[in-house]
Amino acid sequence: MEKQTPGGRPYKVIGTRPIRHDGEDKVTGRAQSGADISFRDQLYGKVLRSPHPHARIVSIDASKALAMPGVEAVITGAELPQPHDRMFLSGEGGVENFRYVNDRVLASGKALFEGHPIAAVAAKDIWTAEEAVKAIEVTYEVLPAVTDVLKAMQPDAPLLHEEITTETLGEKKKESTNVCRHTQHKRGDVDQGFSAADVVIEREFTTSTVHQGYIEPHNATALYRSDGQITIWTSTQAPFWVRRDVAELLELPLSTIKVVPLEIGGGFGGKIAVYLEPLAVLLSKKTGKPVKLVMNRQEVFLATGPASSTATRIKIGVKKDGTITAAAAHLVYEAGAFPSNWAVMGSMCVLAPYKMETLLIDAFDVLTNTPKVMAYRAPSSPQAIFGVESVLDEIALELGMDPLELRMKNAVEEGDRRADGPKFPRIGLKETIQAAMDSEHYKSPAPSGPNQSRAVAVGFWFNAGLQSSATVGINMDGTASVVTGSVDIGGSRASMAMMAAEALGLKAEEVRPSVADTDAIGHTDVTGGSRTTFATGMAVYEACQDVLGQLKKRVATLWELPEEEIEFDGSAFQHADNGKDPMTVKELGAKLTATGGPVMGHSSVAPTGVGASFGVHIADVEVDPETGKVTVLRYTVVQDVGQAIHPSYVEGQMQGGAVQGIGWALNEEYVRNDEGKMMNPSFLDYRVPTMLDVPSIETILVEVPNPGHPYGVRGVGETPIVPPLGTLHNAIARAVGVRMRSLPMSPPKLSAALQAKGLEAIAAPTP
Amino acid sequence: MKPLEYHAPGALDDAVRLSAEAGASPLAGGTDLIVQHRMGRVEVAHMVDLKKIPELNVLEFDKKSGLRLGAAVPCAALAECEPIGRLYPSLLEGAELIGSTQIQSRASVGGNLCNGSPAADTICALIVLDAVCVIQGANGSREVAAKDFMTGPGETALNKGELLVEIRVPPPAPLSGNGYLRFIPRNEMDIAVVCVAAHLVFDKDRETCLDAKIAVGAAAPTPLLVEQAGRALIGSKLDEPALKAAAQAASKAVRPIDDARGTAEYRRHMAGVLTRRAVGMAVNRFKESG
Ligand SMILES: Cc1cc2nc3c(=O)[nH]c(=O)nc-3n(C[C@H](O)[C@H](O)[C@H](O)COP(=O)(O)OP(=O)(O)OC[C@H]3O[C@@H](n4cnc5c(N)ncnc54)[C@H](O)[C@@H]3O)c2cc1C
Repeated sequence: MEKQTPGGRPYKVIGTRPIRHDGEDKVTGRAQSGADISFRDQLYGKVLRSPHPHARIVSIDASKALAMPGVEAVITGAELPQPHDRMFLSGEGGVENFRYVNDRVLASGKALFEGHPIAAVAAKDIWTAEEAVKAIEVTYEVLPAVTDVLKAMQPDAPLLHEEITTETLGEKKKESTNVCRHTQHKRGDVDQGFSAADVVIEREFTTSTVHQGYIEPHNATALYRSDGQITIWTSTQAPFWVRRDVAELLELPLSTIKVVPLEIGGGFGGKIAVYLEPLAVLLSKKTGKPVKLVMNRQEVFLATGPASSTATRIKIGVKKDGTITAAAAHLVYEAGAFPSNWAVMGSMCVLAPYKMETLLIDAFDVLTNTPKVMAYRAPSSPQAIFGVESVLDEIALELGMDPLELRMKNAVEEGDRRADGPKFPRIGLKETIQAAMDSEHYKSPAPSGPNQSRAVAVGFWFNAGLQSSATVGINMDGTASVVTGSVDIGGSRASMAMMAAEALGLKAEEVRPSVADTDAIGHTDVTGGSRTTFATGMAVYEACQDVLGQLKKRVATLWELPEEEIEFDGSAFQHADNGKDPMTVKELGAKLTATGGPVMGHSSVAPTGVGASFGVHIADVEVDPETGKVTVLRYTVVQDVGQAIHPSYVEGQMQGGAVQGIGWALNEEYVRNDEGKMMNPSFLDYRVPTMLDVPSIETILVEVPNPGHPYGVRGVGETPIVPPLGTLHNAIARAVGVRMRSLPMSPPKLSAALQAKGLEAIAAPTP
Repeated sequence: MKPLEYHAPGALDDAVRLSAEAGASPLAGGTDLIVQHRMGRVEVAHMVDLKKIPELNVLEFDKKSGLRLGAAVPCAALAECEPIGRLYPSLLEGAELIGSTQIQSRASVGGNLCNGSPAADTICALIVLDAVCVIQGANGSREVAAKDFMTGPGETALNKGELLVEIRVPPPAPLSGNGYLRFIPRNEMDIAVVCVAAHLVFDKDRETCLDAKIAVGAAAPTPLLVEQAGRALIGSKLDEPALKAAAQAASKAVRPIDDARGTAEYRRHMAGVLTRRAVGMAVNRFKESG
């Protein structure tokens, strides 16, 4: 498809790289984040958290805390309305039941994970609040805990929820279990498929719990006014969902709550669920004053929503020419302490990139005494695809085939079906694989020093549509202001302004983008699922069409010509044959008052033409065989990005995702002791990569426009975290001949594997 | 966190007196103390800031008597004191690994020692360089060898109310070299999984090792001077069998634990790997020194 506007004109603004509108405030530190909010009479809240991963709460006595000077209120789970069953979307394909959200926000009956909130305090300052929390006396009956997914599946495992039984293919079993859900996808006769194969490889894999690692901790400030009106200031990806969740949990009318989203210091899916917001509201209700709560880093690690640890088994059969005949996947995902559907998501991703006649996928969501798993960038896809990409690498070696050629041979394209049913629209996996093959990186000689090698892997993410609203106002000087309800995490304000500028024939700098609170714009779903530039961008585009329609009427008035004869050509309004000078939106600004007053367009959309995004990553690595430390020598991300609105921010997403994936592959993990407590809840010991741990990540943008969007936009933010796990795994295997099949491939683990193999053998690796 | 009192005495005697009070903690750069206090790991009622006391801010070098390093001198100052990088590169290497530029402009070598961490980045170098810690208490002054300064995780030879005043490091032998390195999984912002310092003295033939000291950190409750490793090198030309023996001695001497930073088994292995590498650094230093 040509790269052009729906009107068939070449882009003027889209694809350029203007300075972002919110850049200066971020660079100078003037931007207001959640924790910057402050009021004269504000109280500070602090949460008392369970030190035990699993314990019955026998009693809570807050009398000593309440007697302390400066302490104004204490709340416990008993003060939340009774839980009720109601399912809702919790972001990125996640589904939750409100019944369990109450329990997650403040424990009732049992503490189900280390860090589970037991009570919350409001006091005159943070020091008093911290001391007051220590003065609350809780008697626990400590119960055996289970944090490992496979152990949690055993019949004799400690049970988290007595009432939960396995839901298999829509049916509920009788016995209580930690396996909250079993999902299956089937195509054809998989046994026949495997018998038709020339090579069949089956392997087991594990991955550890990892955290999104955003820099800004969770925060919430709430004011419950005496007239029943509530305002919540918070850093969230989903202000409208915060409003919905707080209303639901506290049984308040939705319309009494206003949520003001502040600048957010990273989310990656982890800032969708509510944690502190309902507590801040309840504490404010009790005290009549604004109450502010801010987590510390330890609380973020222990009590927000990391990504699932997994245990998977992947089996793939291929013909001698590389054609996949069958694949089977057995996926077990950590749910955390409350029911989740992350294995379901994994089952939808695991085989998505490849065509095959037969397949069988079984996926299990398993409860553990760990924090409830939440979305993390392409949630569930990295863990599932890791195993597939590793098995394919072995198959490529076995067949003596180029690993990209093997993937090209089996790559899905328009019209192919995913295992869970849906047909792919126009997608760019083949183009992306081709671009990787043609890249300077892949064509350059692979590093050939001792313990060095190169490898590749593929990644996939669906992307989401959901609902968005936008307004576009034309200012009296002919510039425009764009207002949306989408919190800006990855530079979306700049993209919104650019799409509006493209539509209206303005410069990017002539459009001011902003993010409104829940009272000031129509309903808008989460900034997540890589949907914002796609769906909210669509709302902005439609709002601009609304504006152009209204402006055309004004031009018709001014020119005294019929509206139908006037055209907007992307730069200006024109009339074919009457000799009128073209009139730009800029010029019209000053004429609005005289022609009927201000012009504002609006649109709310629920687009369905979502375009999936595929990526291919290439890594060169070197392993220090004595220490087990891996150095990433060179790294390239190739991805179908639809149409890059602002290429720098698309590249930024690709680089950021790759770095998070590299961290997941090499060092990041929740280290737990025998009691199930986390040993490394700090950025010192939970090792995300630093600037010095990754090379400059190279990017290649493949632009296969999404026909479901006027400017061809596909979500780009999530796919890039998927391939690094397999890419680095395969590169390490090819460098030293050891297939770890277990993440992270940290120095102690890799070194132990190398020693087991014998260092001598490493000198001449044969993977 | 409870409110606390802050004192900044200008005289050593006052600091000693204040530090003896219940709930008092000396404060140098505060990069350990304040973090621990904020996390609730220590409870401090009085912080006694040592940075205004002249005796703790000494930084002098004399060819005969060696280096005098005041306990409150920030790590960043070490790089600006020319003989340190040339004669005691292992000490500078350790100091320059602590945190970041910002941390180093507060953090002191004295605080690094007094914090008592077996993974502290300056202690191994001070051990192999034969440093002596000068301590002041209410009843006068005493000296403790660097190798005996740490007595357990978070524990030191200091009694309550005693302050580390300065560290004295003798001038290294003319034909010698020293080096320090640590292993961390990342390349920045991490605490040593294992660390090793080596100090070698050579004969006039410039090949035979006359004296050798190896210290290993983060692999036992305290940093260890591994005498067997040194002995394995003394008299040798640092050939393969000698290096292997030294590495094995280091692996054997350590008493590591499993924790979030690494397994005991891995630390044992790494003690040997890093011993070889630290010896290599010391040899190169000596050769470069002409
Ligand atoms: C981000 C960060 C990164 C870090 N990275 C490293 C690293 O890579 N390697 C490393 O080894 N450390 C590291 N540290 C720890 C710390 O910076 C060092 O241990 C530093 O040397 C401590 O010095 P200080 O002057 O700040 O000590 P302080 O925090 O002031 O004191 C430390 C302890 O010693 C006591 N004390 C201090 N001076 C005296 C004295 N003269 N007499 C008696 N007692 C005294 C204090 O009461 C306290 O208990 C890091 C810390 C941070 C915050």
